[in-house]
Amino acid sequence: MTDQWSVAGRTFTSRLIVGTGKYKDFEQNAAAVAASGAEIVTVAVRRVNVSDPTAPMLTDYIDPKKITYLPNTAGCFNADDAIRTLRLAREAGGWDLVKLEVLGEAKTLYPNMRETLTATETLAKEGFLPMVYCVDDPIAAKQLEDAGAVAVMPLGAPIGSGLGIQNRVTIRLIVEGASVPVLVDAGVGTASDAAVAMELGCDGVLMNTAIAEAKDPIRMARAMKLAVEAGRDSYLAGRMGVRRYADPSSPLAGLI
Amino acid sequence: MGCIVKGKEGRVAVISIRLNGEQRQAREGSIADLVASLGLDVKKVAVERNREIVPRSTLADVALAEGDELEIVHFVGGGC
Repeated sequence: MTDQWSVAGRTFTSRLIVGTGKYKDFEQNAAAVAASGAEIVTVAVRRVNVSDPTAPMLTDYIDPKKITYLPNTAGCFNADDAIRTLRLAREAGGWDLVKLEVLGEAKTLYPNMRETLTATETLAKEGFLPMVYCVDDPIAAKQLEDAGAVAVMPLGAPIGSGLGIQNRVTIRLIVEGASVPVLVDAGVGTASDAAVAMELGCDGVLMNTAIAEAKDPIRMARAMKLAVEAGRDSYLAGRMGVRRYADPSSPLAGLI
Repeated sequence: MGCIVKGKEGRVAVISIRLNGEQRQAREGSIADLVASLGLDVKKVAVERNREIVPRSTLADVALAEGDELEIVHFVGGGC
């Protein structure tokens, strides 16, 4: 019984998407990606270092033919910069599936939703398939979907904070209202946070810092893989109801 | 500003461009020539010229012009 998910017609088995930033080196990064079982990694688009063209490149360690590169607009603070970045990404990589994030301020890295919506509309018109980082707001999520988002990616907590899912209710409301995949993006700190996201019915989780800044990133990558799988199974299995008082597991009949 | 210098092969025109935010001199020629002269693999980069994407298939056909502003980018590690 395989449990798969699809975004914009592409099907994946792993529900964990990992970032490729903050690692000690490319070797560690590649080993963590392998341990996580991720089939998609986020990447950034940056200027080539023209003074050292022989410097090792990410593509030398993580093969874009085997792992889907999801270009991300991290660091963009307005729609124009984000769109420009993704046009370049499309040319560099040759694919349309991208991750849009338009940030509002450096302190919280909360998304600027007005700019995010504008950029989503433009990208969709240009044929992009944008997966969109957003606030954990069910109305904003629907607006993004209407604007052409192929997936909505609400934050669980600020990027890089490791605070875990701060508002389970709004994440669940987004899941219930969405007709595109919902992936928690940002805020996961440890394996149980990833499991919570999946137990809420999310289609997947995206994380970077929780793995890269763990003392043993490769082991944490494996922990996240297992947590996402456990959370997904738990969601599909359907959890027991909650009671306020005890209910014994052993029969009362036949007590001596 | 552009000037003419004499190389071993004869007269080679050198022009002034802005590449990834930095002013530099480049030999006259196509964008593909420039990318190759920088030692970059054309299949791994994307080029923007004066804020317009230059499709990879046309890099050899587009000539550099004096004052061009070029961005050459690639994928690097990044997160959310």
